[in-house]
Amino acid sequence: MSILRRRKGTENKKISDTEPDYEEFKEKSNKLGSRKLRLRRRWSCVDGCCWFIGCICSIWWFLLFLYNAMPASFPQYVTEAITGPLPDPPGVKLAKEGLRAKHPVVFVPGIVTGGLELWEGHQCADGLFRKRLWGGTFGELYKRPLCWVEHMSLDNETGLDPFGIRIRPVSGLVAADYFAPGYFVWAVLIANLARIGYEEKNMYMAAYDWRISFQNTEVRDQTLSRIKSNIELMVASSGGKKAVIIPHSMGVLYFLHFMKWVEAPAPLGGGGGSDWCAKHLKAVMNIGGPFLGVPKAVSGLFSAEAKDIAAARSMAPRFLDSEMFNFQTLQHVMRMTRTWDSTMSMIPKGGDTIWGGLDWSPEEGYECNEKKPKNNSTQTAESDRTRKSVNATRVKYGRIISFGKHVADLHSSEIDRIDFRDALKGKSHANSTCRDVWTEYHDMGIGGIKAVADYKVYTAGSVLDLLHFVAPKLMKRGSAHFSYGIAYDLDDKKYEHYKYWSNPLETKLPNAPEMEIFSMYGVGIPTERAYVYKLSPAGDCYIPFQIDSSAEGGNESPCLKGGVFHVDGDETVPILSAGYMCAKGWKGKTRFNPSGIRTFVREYNHAPPANLLEGRGTQSGAHVDIMGNFALIEDIIRVAAGASGEDLEGDQVHSGIFKWSERIKLKL
Amino acid sequence: MSLLRRRKAPENEIEPQKPDVEEEDKKSSKKNVKENKQKWSCIDNCCWLVGCICCVWWILLFLYNAMPASFPQYVTEKITGPLPDPPGVKLMKEGLKAKHPVVFIPGIVTCGLELWEGHQCAEGLFRKRLWGGTFGEVYKRPLCWLDHMTLDNETGMDPPGIRVRPVSGLVAADYFAPGYFVWAVLIANLARIGYEEKTMYMAAYDWRLSFQNTEVRDQTLTRIKSNIELMVATSGGKKAVIVPHSMGVVYFLHFMKWVEAPAPMGGGGGPDWCAKHIKAVMNIGGPFLGVPKSVAGVFSAEARDIAVARALAPGVLDTDLFHFQTLEHIMKMSRTWDATLSMIPRGGETIWGSLDWSPEEGDSPCKSKSRDDAAQISGQHDNGTDSKAKYYSYGRFISFGKDAAEAHPSDLKRIDFRGAVKGSNVANNTCDVWNEYLDFGVSGAKAVEEYKVYTAGEIVDLLNFVAPKMMARGSAHFSYGIADDLDDPKYSSHYKYWSNPLETKLPNAPDMEIYSLYGVGVETERAYVYKRIPTAGCNIPFQIDTSADEGDEGSCLKAGVYSVDGDETVPALSAGFMCAKGWRGKTRFNPSGVKTYVREYYHAPPANLLEGRGTQSGTHVDMMGNFALIEDIMRVAAGGTSEDLGGDRVYSDIFKWSEKINLRL
Repeated sequence: MSILRRRKGTENKKISDTEPDYEEFKEKSNKLGSRKLRLRRRWSCVDGCCWFIGCICSIWWFLLFLYNAMPASFPQYVTEAITGPLPDPPGVKLAKEGLRAKHPVVFVPGIVTGGLELWEGHQCADGLFRKRLWGGTFGELYKRPLCWVEHMSLDNETGLDPFGIRIRPVSGLVAADYFAPGYFVWAVLIANLARIGYEEKNMYMAAYDWRISFQNTEVRDQTLSRIKSNIELMVASSGGKKAVIIPHSMGVLYFLHFMKWVEAPAPLGGGGGSDWCAKHLKAVMNIGGPFLGVPKAVSGLFSAEAKDIAAARSMAPRFLDSEMFNFQTLQHVMRMTRTWDSTMSMIPKGGDTIWGGLDWSPEEGYECNEKKPKNNSTQTAESDRTRKSVNATRVKYGRIISFGKHVADLHSSEIDRIDFRDALKGKSHANSTCRDVWTEYHDMGIGGIKAVADYKVYTAGSVLDLLHFVAPKLMKRGSAHFSYGIAYDLDDKKYEHYKYWSNPLETKLPNAPEMEIFSMYGVGIPTERAYVYKLSPAGDCYIPFQIDSSAEGGNESPCLKGGVFHVDGDETVPILSAGYMCAKGWKGKTRFNPSGIRTFVREYNHAPPANLLEGRGTQSGAHVDIMGNFALIEDIIRVAAGASGEDLEGDQVHSGIFKWSERIKLKL
Repeated sequence: MSLLRRRKAPENEIEPQKPDVEEEDKKSSKKNVKENKQKWSCIDNCCWLVGCICCVWWILLFLYNAMPASFPQYVTEKITGPLPDPPGVKLMKEGLKAKHPVVFIPGIVTCGLELWEGHQCAEGLFRKRLWGGTFGEVYKRPLCWLDHMTLDNETGMDPPGIRVRPVSGLVAADYFAPGYFVWAVLIANLARIGYEEKTMYMAAYDWRLSFQNTEVRDQTLTRIKSNIELMVATSGGKKAVIVPHSMGVVYFLHFMKWVEAPAPMGGGGGPDWCAKHIKAVMNIGGPFLGVPKSVAGVFSAEARDIAVARALAPGVLDTDLFHFQTLEHIMKMSRTWDATLSMIPRGGETIWGSLDWSPEEGDSPCKSKSRDDAAQISGQHDNGTDSKAKYYSYGRFISFGKDAAEAHPSDLKRIDFRGAVKGSNVANNTCDVWNEYLDFGVSGAKAVEEYKVYTAGEIVDLLNFVAPKMMARGSAHFSYGIADDLDDPKYSSHYKYWSNPLETKLPNAPDMEIYSLYGVGVETERAYVYKRIPTAGCNIPFQIDTSADEGDEGSCLKAGVYSVDGDETVPALSAGFMCAKGWRGKTRFNPSGVKTYVREYYHAPPANLLEGRGTQSGTHVDMMGNFALIEDIMRVAAGGTSEDLGGDRVYSDIFKWSEKINLRL
């Protein structure tokens, strides 16, 4: 500021001073003065621009210099000055308590959070060798979007690499410490573990290609063998101390698969013997695990609208929804994601038994206003009471997909449903014009689309049939790798097939009575649970179904917002899916847990960051941000340093998970 | 250009308009225009200039980004003619496919190190690279950086409260600094025939520690063993091809002994582990018998051109950054790095020559450096250097004064330094940079000088004298002798012998192949002329006597350094002898007859700047981008044997020199 002002001062002076001089200059115009004068006259538009840019650049550099010269503790100092002293990060706190690194730690990242890099590509990806296509800055997504989509897609038939393209997961801790610059995933946990003495030799990031089905990671990359070998190595080199496994999101299912794989005999499995888990694992600390699937996965496959899977959310709305590809963005995304087998691992499992039928659901009676600030609830208290007494609108969460809002509320006896399963698929007449973006909907035709809409309501069980109907190729690949049922007889030979390994309802836990399984997840955030759909109007090249975002529940049914019924959860995974197995399915000795592995449910109530300086908060309960939750990190560090579930004081529950679990009638 | 010119044109137009402007001046309504004109002050000028530069910069940046990726290649091809296919593409066309898993073992300094725990001053550097990458912290907080890179002086391990650990994965050593490749070219070419991370493994280790300590602290050897086993198992039992570089060669010798040694001290892999898991070891520029440069480095911290560090050091470390004590700081730091001791010349006078002989005698790479030069000085050569040149010898590793270096052995008057009393230096407490020379005193330094000439055997004594603490640490981990009886139990019971090829047997693996791949045709340091600095208050009392320069090029003495043929760092003798003679056939060092091959790559500097560091380089690190070398490695990795490569390929006199070495085999 001071610079600018001083300049003005001299200007004014100049005006008065130079006025008489001007005449002199004119006289001496042939001599020395002429140059000066000419200089003054140069003040044109281009010069103005240059001057302006110069000023901005100079200021920018000056600020940049100040920023670099600033001591590293300055932001923390400011934060402390505003919000009062911050609590010690858990790593520092526990280091002061005297905790030391003990058990080796293995991280299993979830879907989308692991980086992928290019090892072989087509012409258009020149110069990207060993550069990240997924994760990092996503720079290539802007520069050559179609090339990027082409490389990220897998083969539609095999679910493996297309010809001439090799995309491989990044390895090491860098694979998933940050998803994008500044957007941490595992970094906070790693930094806190390092405080009590952890380093790369006793931390292992089990990065895998999250696009392909679990068994294919072994077939193509031998990822499961690597994880086995690394766990064995770490256990051996730390003097026989068993490993603590920390899977997140889809990593939870991946690790369920791993535990079955490692003990299965050699050609199909890892051949580790039936006591491998007992010998090598101390605890599995699942963070936000979609044990029983995620409703969001259905909408993702059905209409490519699960755009907010954790971190992708921050990118997608800006880049994928724009008109970059002439309105076909969603189709491109759908084509790409439909080649990713792993998305099918998260389709809801257990059908109507778990997720509820047409007229009941385990979460029935959940009040969406519960978590709202007090002011609001007192205002609406009266209307609440009236609503409760009438009991007119109990949300029917069992109906995962309904066509039209009124259908979602009607009693089952009042709905006219026409079975879609045998409906003929007609060829769409506009088929040949949409060649550039192929999705399976083009083979379905108007007849098929109508049949789907006429069935009106889909429960968790019939959703599977629906997906088989609308995406036969995808589901054919998927059904070779995943299964969504409930086993009646777990000793049946067929359950030795690897497609059952990631489904906790069709497998037994390993025989490891000393092992502990934790289910840690956030609560207190509305989470997608069921959808209201509509037909898109002129669906030639478009996806024919759309979430009906005009369907609002209003005061009548506040759980319905923008066509989505919400329930309590961590924004991505509903509590039921994350908590049920540890709260009931595996609790004690059940047929799914014959050796009586101890299970614990630890819930973390969501508190949004108090101010911007806190970044993503230290008490968050959201699906990915929970990785920075101090309470969660403290629990993990304590277990890694040798504590047991009892030392953490067992279960910690804020939601109605135990009540809801009781309502599920599953033979245990 | 066109922009600039057009802007000038309107200027000229303004001048005829001058009267108009005057008229406008008089009108008060147009005062704004006038004000604008008169704003043109010095600051505005600056701003204008900055703005112009920024605009041009942005335009160039935009053009650069918009440029197709193949453009530089296109330009290069226009100038130099069509480039040869890189070996990866060439061999892919031949139909080679990835077969054997490949393990890279980086050398000293090329592997990145990152911070896991540090003091207050290193705040915000958690998991940032302290070594490798941009070296930004060396500039920003040099003393803090030194503090963290230094190891404990007694144990050679972490100092309390500091944990610096090697980076893991291929990124550990693919690039040393941005744009300065080490393994990246090899990796990229291997990827062309189908290699990826599951079949390539970078055995990164903390190159500051002694080899056995990497196992004690980080279990690095166990990790390498486990990873090789995993890769062999997952690739269907195909044995691994190991590619060590520089010090990695010695490290891998240590590994091969460690892995077969029984469990508490060794890896417990059993006596046939190597036979079962290793197809070939392809040593690149391996200092099997040590490097003379390391002596100078330990003695006076002047080995500033260890390969890559050279590119950085002259700019950063030789400046007055620390008030003239840069070298002392470096010495203090590097003397805590046990690994440097692994490269002290081994085998003493038997290998490296003594006062009056050396295996390379008669070799003068400097003479043939350039024909024109040689012709010019041939006239001077006649007038009487013959008699002098006769007596000088590469065997004299360190000579005090040029005269001592050239004197006949019988003329040397040497006073033994071993018993000399070390006096406490008077200036001791004024020096903020501690090194062992301070305990050493003037009398000690004088005694060292008076011994005049040191051969490879005496070097170890000298170092024991000048740096007792360091050598006490080092002698627990490394040994530099020649074994008389390899079956002596002491050789199998202590790990300090494992990295010395002259005191160990190769593993019992007759199917294995050992290659020695190294560059030749570059002058390489072999012996030094030193001088003592009398007023050595806080400074290192010895210095390479850069004034010792022979006008006569025949003697290869330049700025106090005698050079010999090699790859700029490792003399051909050290890199080639074991494979050319020591292990050739069945010898006592190689009882099972592991096949050995010598492959030399003649150095050709890059033809022009566009080629970067060249595709035919033979220097120690740039060689990793040598197409011929890469092709050899790829053929072996894809299943080829030595016959496919054509056996030995030799340009230097390595076989002749080897014959001169009188070692019982």
